[in-house]
Amino acid sequence: MSPASLTRTEMAQRVAADIPEGAYVNLGIGLPTRVANFLPSEREVILHTENGMLGMGPEAQGDDIDPDLTNAGKIPVTALPGASYFHHADSFGMMRGGHLDIAVLGAFQVAANGDLANWHTGEPGSIPAVGGAMDLAVGAKRVFVMMELTTKTGESKLVKFLSYPVTGLGCVTRIYTEVAIFDIDTETGLSVIELFGDATLASLRELTGLPLLDATVSPPAASSTATGLAE
Amino acid sequence: MVSKVVDGVDAAVADIPNGATIMIGGFGHAGQPIELIDALIRRGAGGLTIVNNNAGNGEVGLAMLIKSGFVRKMICSFPRQIDSQIFDEAYRAGRIELEVVPQGNLAERIRAAGAGIGGFFTPTGYGTLLAEGKESRIIDGRGYVFESPLHADFALIKAHTADRWGNLVYRKTARNFGPIMATAAAVSIAQVSEIVPLGELDPESIITPGIFVNRVVETSTEAHS
Repeated sequence: MSPASLTRTEMAQRVAADIPEGAYVNLGIGLPTRVANFLPSEREVILHTENGMLGMGPEAQGDDIDPDLTNAGKIPVTALPGASYFHHADSFGMMRGGHLDIAVLGAFQVAANGDLANWHTGEPGSIPAVGGAMDLAVGAKRVFVMMELTTKTGESKLVKFLSYPVTGLGCVTRIYTEVAIFDIDTETGLSVIELFGDATLASLRELTGLPLLDATVSPPAASSTATGLAE
Repeated sequence: MVSKVVDGVDAAVADIPNGATIMIGGFGHAGQPIELIDALIRRGAGGLTIVNNNAGNGEVGLAMLIKSGFVRKMICSFPRQIDSQIFDEAYRAGRIELEVVPQGNLAERIRAAGAGIGGFFTPTGYGTLLAEGKESRIIDGRGYVFESPLHADFALIKAHTADRWGNLVYRKTARNFGPIMATAAAVSIAQVSEIVPLGELDPESIITPGIFVNRVVETSTEAHS
């Protein structure tokens, strides 16, 4: 990628900028977890961890480490003032019941219609493990994907049809990559809303083979409190 | 006088037979009833079906139960982890059967069993490999999959505090599957750090009412490993 495309840290900063005050948010394991590091301290965002807590704080250090207080990645974390604990059926009920505002997830592939693949490579001999991926995909009001746009061999992970096993149908609403941000709207289709580095509509259309709409002149559609690219 | 207090973890699991279906609480190490699992290994019942979110971590608890060869089948959502080497090896060697269930469906199937529900339609998993062979239905324009309740013969769970009626209070995210598993098994067994006199638990704070619990056993130290 070009030197001016976003680093993984900058991608996390960019996603954090779009998460509004008051949002109930689940950050998936891996790259999405880093988004928490860039939420401004003055903005109250309530993090959900599906093993049973709202109001999750930063990773625990030193004497704060408590084996009974972990996140979905089984890493010791802290609880913020206002935190609450609940059992698994409640935790997934709040997800599936549409109470969670945003889930930020990683992906193997996303299709132009919002189909998501992020749970299983389908390779022979691989052990399938799904965890909460399918629940998050169908449950959150908005599903943000964070991923590099291409595989290690240079193929687009944004595709017309998934080749990996599906996690959820038509669930992804926005995709953050190192070269562009994409919006998926069930009526208008797949559009590019921001470009980074020397990426262009033409280069992305060629890479993905998709008829990407140009929405780069529009302001980010996240919310009135989104602040744009973090400095 | 009602007392569900059992003297020691071995006595608590002494009647678990070969071929039992057993729910085991915990999410990784948090809430995993290590001492009860160790007692189950000593008990030596084989051909077990185990329900847990994972399939063992490291070389302790559920992982050791699998290593012992007593587990015929795992029903879980997330078997593959960086420290799930014991399960991975047993699975690849064909010694253990695996049923993967999306985590929320696993929780809801357990909850449904405990609440007397005959099954439910859920959007989770619709259109995926994990819905194959299951009834599906479009409701108000959205796809749903039919999932059945998941019952067990025994549940082994970990809570923080109990009284002799089996009322339970949990600790932080170690609560996870405990409250729902307690409802879904014919015999629910809770290990706790402390058993307090009846009346000492605040009724407003009790998470699992004792009606769902058959046996409680105090373990002297918490399993932190």
